[in-house]
Amino acid sequence: MAFTRTFKGRSYGFGDLKTLLAKASPRRSADELAGIAAASEEERAVAQWVLADLPLTTFLMDPLIPPEEDEVSRLIEMSHDRMAFAPISSFTVGEFREWLLSEVTAYADIAAIRTGITPEMAAAVSKIMRNQDLIAAARRCSVTTRFRNTLGLPGRLSTRLQPNHPTDDPRGIAASLLDGLLYGSGDAVIGINPATDSPKNVERLLHLLDEVIRRHEIPTQSCVLAHVTTTLELIHRSVPVDLVFQSIAGTEAANRSFGINLALLAEAHDAARSLKRGNLGENLMYFETGQGSALSANAHHGIDAQTCEARAYGVARAFSPLLVNTVVGFIGPEYLFDGKQIIRAGLEDHFSGKLLGLPMGCDVCYTNHAEADQNDMDGLLTLLAVAGCTYIMGVPGADDIMLAYQSTSFHDALYLRRVLGLRPAPEFEEWLNRVGIFDGRNALSQGNPSPKLLRAIQELSDGTP
Amino acid sequence: MTASRVALRRLTQARIALGRAGHALPTQAQLDFQLAHAQARDAVHVPWNIEAFAGQVRNLGEEALLLATAVGSRDEYLRRPDLGRLLDEDSRARLKQLRNQDTDVALIITNGLSSTAIERHGIPLVQAIRNAYRTRSFRLAPVALVPNGRVALSDDIGGALAARVAVIIVGERPGLSAADSLGIYLTFAPHPGTTDAGRNCISNVRPPEGLGYEAAAAKLLFLTEEALRLGLSGVALKDDLSGWLG
Repeated sequence: MAFTRTFKGRSYGFGDLKTLLAKASPRRSADELAGIAAASEEERAVAQWVLADLPLTTFLMDPLIPPEEDEVSRLIEMSHDRMAFAPISSFTVGEFREWLLSEVTAYADIAAIRTGITPEMAAAVSKIMRNQDLIAAARRCSVTTRFRNTLGLPGRLSTRLQPNHPTDDPRGIAASLLDGLLYGSGDAVIGINPATDSPKNVERLLHLLDEVIRRHEIPTQSCVLAHVTTTLELIHRSVPVDLVFQSIAGTEAANRSFGINLALLAEAHDAARSLKRGNLGENLMYFETGQGSALSANAHHGIDAQTCEARAYGVARAFSPLLVNTVVGFIGPEYLFDGKQIIRAGLEDHFSGKLLGLPMGCDVCYTNHAEADQNDMDGLLTLLAVAGCTYIMGVPGADDIMLAYQSTSFHDALYLRRVLGLRPAPEFEEWLNRVGIFDGRNALSQGNPSPKLLRAIQELSDGTP
Repeated sequence: MTASRVALRRLTQARIALGRAGHALPTQAQLDFQLAHAQARDAVHVPWNIEAFAGQVRNLGEEALLLATAVGSRDEYLRRPDLGRLLDEDSRARLKQLRNQDTDVALIITNGLSSTAIERHGIPLVQAIRNAYRTRSFRLAPVALVPNGRVALSDDIGGALAARVAVIIVGERPGLSAADSLGIYLTFAPHPGTTDAGRNCISNVRPPEGLGYEAAAAKLLFLTEEALRLGLSGVALKDDLSGWLG
């Protein structure tokens, strides 16, 4: 279906739905690199206008990729819940925006339509929302998940402790891990990006994390972010796997470039559930995404980066994940050029994910060739915290020495606790208070932590086992 | 902070046991980070003095050829990696004139994402590579110097010269701990459309902390000879030097 609009005597045409979505996207280098972005600011604004007038039902009738060609499209089509969609079925995209922001719409009303919203609808409405709309609407979407603690409760902000090391040295990792715990980090997950994806190496790291969590009785979960096939093999060998990690994208072809498909994710999901390692709940998948991944795999089908990203959330929600993380500035300036584009993308991803019912966290990050710095990260960090973001990363000094990019630090989370009063997951907060890391008032204690933790530090620094 | 916690710093280069001022970083840790970031930013954005570099290459006794990519500015280079993989038309035409020469190795140098790396380590590395190559009877094309290039630019240049092997030295994306790393990529039978699986890489050339010039050159010589002997490069060409070095 083609879309046209005349503006001050000038006629604008958009050949099909994906072209309209791409042209209506706020500016970013990924869409420019793909050659699908609006040619002028006026064209972008007109596209947004046309998009706002589209009925939401258009997205059900006009799939961006024919379902017979793409299993993600089939998943989106099959999992669409017509009953949940009914209350918003008569809306245009513009009316949907207003409904999301209306004081008459209850939190429960938004939660009730979750399964009736397709990723494309979420992407479309976000394109006509300003940053403040994305924050205000996301704040109204509460998503709670459980494994060994409760993540996503209102007024809470969790952290992934990320103790990476360039050679996966166990003592180097343990040093960053203990340091992070002592700053109160790690309730979302203690998650290592391995330098080497070999089963033997990943197994060693999983045992290390399992030992620390058991020894100190920490109400949290571990993850080594290996490829799903590596994790699956380790599950079959009874290695202690809490969460199954995988990078996912919004098209079948992009997922193929990651070496995965939906059946493989389902197999890993089932295998990990059979271990029954979560004492509070069964959410155990950990997905990472990021705008531009489909483009970088040359698998975007002419669909804009943000809509591809929302479709990845369509994949994620089929597996009831504990955590979803948009790694927003990692991929480089050819996808998100500067702080402004990174901030916008982070807010879009958080909103779209939450609207679709996902426990969205964000790796607020950048590389040194992007036009961004720590001040931009402070901005996005604060905006996301106001929006009710489920979790952020905790990297020592914000400097990941394995992946060579800058993220958020242990201190950054403490800043948000101080200025916004956001607390860790309740079970983890109780532990932080009990072992003397926190002072009972959501801040670091002035005194020493428990003798057991002090002993662990002493042993590690002495080199005793 | 306890002494044993501070002592954990010996175990990793990660920024741990930084201390705190309230919830925030102490001033020293904050300024230390800013300095590292400033160096990384400068590495990306300071211009590469390519004329001076060409003069130094000629002083080594090698011909130098100044070429250009399709990139118009540093800003465009960062936004459009596709343009950094292509020569401009004038450069391609000039290379075609050299095509008649029988070339074993085309050596290409670009500042890539770190001008600091190429300014600091470029000439000594070229010298080490030249010395290594001159111990063999390789036919070398003039050294191509190209600002704002990506790794796959070596496909375009190597292809235009019909070289058997293309070798490109490129400034790597600067990190906070290292803003001056060079990478070397080797491709057999270079042509546009080659994927990264068809290349061999020697990374982190950055003495004294990283790989030294002579060690990098020895590794490159080994890879070049093996690529020419076996007629391939990439994942099928193992770069295990341990046996070879004895």
